[in-house]
Amino acid sequence: MGQNGKRVVAVTGNEAVAEAMRQINPDVCAAYPITPATDIMQRFTSFVSNGKVKTEMVLVESEHSAMSACVGASAAGGRVATATSSQGLALMWEILFIASGTRLPIVMSLVNRALSAPLNIHGDHSDGMGARDCGWIQLWSENAQESYDNMIQAFRIAEHMDIRMPAMVCLDGFIISHSIERMEYLDDETVKNFAGEFKTTNPLLDIENPVSYGPLILTDYYMEYRRAHAEVMSKVSKVVLDVAKDFEKISGRKYGLFETYRLEDAEIGLVVLNSAAGTSKDVVDEFRNRGIKAGLLKPRLYRPFPYEEIGEALKHLKAVCVLDRADAFGASYGPLFMDIASGVYPHKNGPLLINKIYGLGGRDYLPEHAETVLAELAEIAKTGKVKTLREYIGVRE
Amino acid sequence: MATPLSLKELSKKELLLTAGHRMCAGCGAPIVVKMALLAAEQPIIAANATGCLEVSTCISEYTAWKIPWIHNAFENAAATLSGVETMYRSLKKQGKIDKKIKFIAFGGDGGTYDIGFQSLSGAMERGHDMLYICYDNGAYMNTGIQRSSATPFGADTTTCPAGSCNPGKLQQRKDLTKIMAAHGIPYVAQASPSHWSDLVKKVKKALAIDGPKFMNVITPCNRGWRSKTDDAVKLSRLGVETCYWPLFEIENGATRVTVKPKEKKPLVDFLKPQGRFKHLFAPENEHLLKQAQDQVDAYWERLLKEEAFAARQE
Ligand SMILES: Cc1ncc(C[n+]2csc(CCOP(=O)(O)OP(=O)(O)O)c2C)c(N)n1
Ligand code: SF4
Ligand SMILES: [Mg+2]
Repeated sequence: MGQNGKRVVAVTGNEAVAEAMRQINPDVCAAYPITPATDIMQRFTSFVSNGKVKTEMVLVESEHSAMSACVGASAAGGRVATATSSQGLALMWEILFIASGTRLPIVMSLVNRALSAPLNIHGDHSDGMGARDCGWIQLWSENAQESYDNMIQAFRIAEHMDIRMPAMVCLDGFIISHSIERMEYLDDETVKNFAGEFKTTNPLLDIENPVSYGPLILTDYYMEYRRAHAEVMSKVSKVVLDVAKDFEKISGRKYGLFETYRLEDAEIGLVVLNSAAGTSKDVVDEFRNRGIKAGLLKPRLYRPFPYEEIGEALKHLKAVCVLDRADAFGASYGPLFMDIASGVYPHKNGPLLINKIYGLGGRDYLPEHAETVLAELAEIAKTGKVKTLREYIGVRE
Repeated sequence: MATPLSLKELSKKELLLTAGHRMCAGCGAPIVVKMALLAAEQPIIAANATGCLEVSTCISEYTAWKIPWIHNAFENAAATLSGVETMYRSLKKQGKIDKKIKFIAFGGDGGTYDIGFQSLSGAMERGHDMLYICYDNGAYMNTGIQRSSATPFGADTTTCPAGSCNPGKLQQRKDLTKIMAAHGIPYVAQASPSHWSDLVKKVKKALAIDGPKFMNVITPCNRGWRSKTDDAVKLSRLGVETCYWPLFEIENGATRVTVKPKEKKPLVDFLKPQGRFKHLFAPENEHLLKQAQDQVDAYWERLLKEEAFAARQE
């Protein structure tokens, strides 16, 4: 199993991400502070200052410049990483598309945080959702262990020769980034071998073979470039699964495109991203103990979204609630709901769907929220009637 | 081997920006780029901000750049090149690369004075080994001649059009060259394509220094300046001779005027051939012409004082 040298530790999500970065040892990192991601780069720069990594830092004057420097460094030809949250990601937005459109395998941890206004530093998914269609691969993580594991796999996925696309690893601000959990670290050598040497493609630093990056492409070819991008995205799922298989060999931990929990024979189910899945699973167990067939699906690869596979996994249920930790204002439903609905759509006898918006700006998601939702689903399953398609929960009226 | 600074020798060097790009006939920008690249003795990697130079030199399947070149966005040429240069240092430290490479960013005045100012300031403060060259044509030319903070006082642009209430741009240019000098970087200079040997010398000097350097180069745009197609060199020369665009350098804080006009021409000699200043010659705008001349005189006198001060320190 190659599982020698594992270390059981009690660490925060940010600490785990920083440790993954130390073990991956990128050539260049760009960083700019923002709560709750700041801590990752503080820890990482202390590795730099103490010679634990070979990384050169670019301590930029904004996140816009952080992503711009990542683009330059990645095009130059080497492994590049960064981290951010919320407003920082929003400020990078313009360059996120340039990183993906230029096919640069930059890896970024996104410590999910609410977007202003009002200003709020706590965890929700509005930042990551705002960037879901920018051409990056997105992996979402329930806890510190998954954040660490996803970080390590993200480099392999992004740098895969069939892919060469940037990847974002999402984890919940504070709830995961700042809470201490028990988890396992792999040993340095194992991670190093798993990540492998960075392979360059048309590096800018190859003076003998000059290349031009960032052309102007108008009506003649722009659309072909975009379609090529879409085609690459369609290959990501397979690579994610292949990498997960290899990762299982070194870690013993299984990963897929999404996780299903007691879903096979379930009649009602929750779909939820990141940390809230943990709380929800406990409540699913309670319902099972009461003889109610509840289950859960937690997306991991959120972009590209595995519509077909998720549709297949949910089609036999009677009622499903999609829990969104972000709203898509004016769209009626939360972003995750819209994706799940598209996945379920081809299945004529698929589940009835409802949508709850929860946990915005770090508002607690409590077991009783999951209980109420599951009870409502049980009722829908029995009557076949949906009373409220979409509502906010855990909110003052 | 360093190329001796003679036109004959320079003309033997390969042009690293080829013909066939799509800049307007008579545009000053490709002249500036070619001169800068001719000056370089070392292999160069260039970054380019969005703007006329960028959109016209790398389109679809074609590139005019014979050196590695990267365009990222409008406001981030300096940040992008910081990334390239940092990767270079990282790989060099790891023994994965051994060549000596130098880095030049090219940005228009809009991409440098305005939207890219923060990115430039940050890159200079961090001390990357790069030369940032601003080709200053005094407006957002690529989007159709809108005002920038480099647009000269009184100029007619498409967003500060000269009309019956407003006589064109009401503000003086931002003094970016001095602002860059205030960053305490080792080398800052102003140059002009009319004075090729001064420009080439400055680029050579800048590239010989490790660390951040900044050059501001006046770059006529016949579309925006509404001047004759073949006047780019003549107009930039008039810019220098009227002291509108003094040629100087600030090396480790010490100012030196590198070209002093034998006879300081009146500013109107520079303004007259340009359609963007035509309205200033209407009788009711005489006071504006005087104001513009006063600004130039004050700047020139201050510059000479700064030079004298530096000379006394030696
Ligand atoms: C963020 C952003 N804002 C605006 C633009 C539109 N834009 C592209 S080039 C340009 C003007 C460039 O002006 P300058 O830097 O002076 O270069 P020039 O075209 O004059 O050579 C503008 C406004 C853009 N590309 N990106
Ligand atoms: S508009 Fe001006 S700056 Fe742009 S290419 Fe034409 S002459 Fe050059
Ligand atoms: Mg301009």
